[in-house]
Amino acid sequence: MRESIARVEATRPARLQAGPPPAMTPAEREKVLAEFHPDYKAEKKRALSIGVSAGNVVPSEVADMLEAHLLVDPAKIDLSSVDYDVDVLIIGGGGAGTVAAIFAHQEGIPAENILIVTKLRHGDCNSTMAQGGIQAADRPEDSPAIHYIDVMGGGHYANKPELVQAMVDDAPEIIRWHEELGVMYDKENGEYMEAHGGGTSRKRMHSCKDYTGKAIFNPIRDEARNLGIPTLEFSPVIELLLDGEGKAAGAITYNLETGEYRVIRAKATVLATGGFGRMHIQKFPTTNHYGATADGLVIAYRAGANLLDMDSVQYHPTGVAYPSAILGQLATEKLRSQGAMPINADGEVFVYPLEPRDVEAAAIIRECWSREKGVETVSGVRGVWLDTPMIDEIHGEGTLKDWLAAMWTMWHRHGIDITKDPALVYPTLHYQNGGVEIEADGETSVPGLFAGGEVEGGVHGKNRLMGNSLLGYNVFGRRAGIAAAKWAKSKKNKIKTLSLQHAVDFEQQLIDAGIETDIQSPMLLPDYRSKSVLERSLGRFL
Amino acid sequence: MNTSSENTIRIYVMGSAYEVPRGLTIMSAMEHAGWRFTRGAGCRSGFCGACSTVYRQEGDYRLRFVLACQTEAEDGMYLVQLPFTPAPRVSYTLAELNPDENVLLQHYPEIARCVSCNTCTKACPQDIEVMDYIQAALRGDIAQTASLSFDCIQCGLCSMRCPADIKHYHMAQMARRIYGRYMSPVTAHLEERIAEIEKGVYEEEVEALVKMTRSELEEIYAARVVE
Repeated sequence: MRESIARVEATRPARLQAGPPPAMTPAEREKVLAEFHPDYKAEKKRALSIGVSAGNVVPSEVADMLEAHLLVDPAKIDLSSVDYDVDVLIIGGGGAGTVAAIFAHQEGIPAENILIVTKLRHGDCNSTMAQGGIQAADRPEDSPAIHYIDVMGGGHYANKPELVQAMVDDAPEIIRWHEELGVMYDKENGEYMEAHGGGTSRKRMHSCKDYTGKAIFNPIRDEARNLGIPTLEFSPVIELLLDGEGKAAGAITYNLETGEYRVIRAKATVLATGGFGRMHIQKFPTTNHYGATADGLVIAYRAGANLLDMDSVQYHPTGVAYPSAILGQLATEKLRSQGAMPINADGEVFVYPLEPRDVEAAAIIRECWSREKGVETVSGVRGVWLDTPMIDEIHGEGTLKDWLAAMWTMWHRHGIDITKDPALVYPTLHYQNGGVEIEADGETSVPGLFAGGEVEGGVHGKNRLMGNSLLGYNVFGRRAGIAAAKWAKSKKNKIKTLSLQHAVDFEQQLIDAGIETDIQSPMLLPDYRSKSVLERSLGRFL
Repeated sequence: MNTSSENTIRIYVMGSAYEVPRGLTIMSAMEHAGWRFTRGAGCRSGFCGACSTVYRQEGDYRLRFVLACQTEAEDGMYLVQLPFTPAPRVSYTLAELNPDENVLLQHYPEIARCVSCNTCTKACPQDIEVMDYIQAALRGDIAQTASLSFDCIQCGLCSMRCPADIKHYHMAQMARRIYGRYMSPVTAHLEERIAEIEKGVYEEEVEALVKMTRSELEEIYAARVVE
């Protein structure tokens, strides 16, 4: 490794002088994606055979989770005894869910008639982990139209146009809302410090050092707490409820600590359960939080919600490749925004540093496994260098430690100083590009069920750009919260009965289709216990 | 006593010994030993504060404070997790606050009990100068409180250790929000852009893009000039 680092150091002055190499042409992009991106391996996917989106091709791991047995026999649930009766139920205590709660309240629903239920703590979510930034076209050199083109091109034109339109139009207003909430955006001389992200044609990345996710989410959560919005923690939803006419009517939660279920009746339901990183698609490590297990997809699919773009998975180009203790954790794209270049084992620059994420990831995989110019660690992981010392060379000493404090700290805890040495990186499973199909106000194909955040499908097409997840959860969390409040207030949307018949029917479809599986879903949490423990496990008696 | 071998180390989880492979984080080492977390695991990347961990190293008297997901397990660690702090927070309406130099003290009067022992700082897994920002808050310096506490992940270890029962992280969150809303300069072009969007300045252009075919969009995308 040291020899390879010396080669990186040797080429650094010339690279600093020359600047980044040119970006790929569309044809070059298509080629590297087809040959090296994990999404393009047909054998790792299969078509769904049951449900509304039957025929859609999805990663095999996702298909296994969607076409699985129910976690609990509906006959065990007593729906006649309702534990919580609310106007708006929000499933998921991350960014989208919390934003939805605040705007449902602003739309006239009293706090006590809103309920956030969440699997872990309020705030154990990917929203709080985002580092690099949030996009909004607010500079005079930029416009919502230019933002729109960047998003569509990055998403391979699969995005639903009206969703992208909603996102780019709402973006500046979202930033203003954050200002009102007291989010501390990076500014210089009274102006936002805006940077590029992969695939952007204008600098529109607003940041809060490299704690952008936390610095945005924590004030939002603080505001929800100020408003007194009730939250039920450690209570994942294991099944949605319908009202007998196909409308969403609430959910069943499961208390992870006591094992009890609870029946929640709700006039409107917002799905904000996040993504699927912890399913480790194609065995990739992930940047995602512990609870990112696709629960929302599973329960919504059984209730009849259509899925979109679930064939594509986002691998972030730069996950940690060394040290192995933090394998797969995120090395923010902001490192590249600020000048760090991906460099191979021989010290050569091999890719434009800010291609859209799928292209950048594919180029790194090609360098490691086809051109054989990766660096192999003692544990057999291959990666390329991210030449982080370039950042201080370009912007002045101290820049990295000041503006990328989380990154500096992460490696420093393992004895690596990324202002002096480059960091070894490799793609890591990062984001669920698709999800439950929504319309512009967050409506799903199930009446009374709204969705926002990573669980939704349609906004990002086949590849999300950096800075559009924080933006997306704010835009569609807000829209879903407002639409859910309106729905709940409408007299015609009264809930008559509560039913789990859709889950019973789904189980029957599984049998009728001849699908044989041991898997029960939703998964709730991954299991990282060692094989030696599991082989001897007698279960728990107490 | 040296308990390690070439490939394994011995850790003690709440007093019980386990042999685990080298090179794992404390969190992964505990999972390897058979734990399946509900409490004590959140983002697994050092941003959420769910995995606050206290440990003592065999032969040492000191307690040390880390995040289980960010710290490599070492031989002879005696570990316990403290994933929840029952610290009360004060509700307030940000828009109606008077952001003067007394505002933090008014909402969190217990900060005046600070005895400058610096235990909070020593307990911080983020290496934040916690005591310094408490002192800044006492002086009414909201900007300094906000900037010193910026990296706080609200794990609660400071408040768990404080002999004066100060609720550092809730107070600091409030300080950052006050700074962000009242003291951080507003960028003029943001308001200009919002006004333009409200007036429909970009409506026609975006509508036209929405209606375009894929090939038309491809052409525009390929012709982009990157700033």
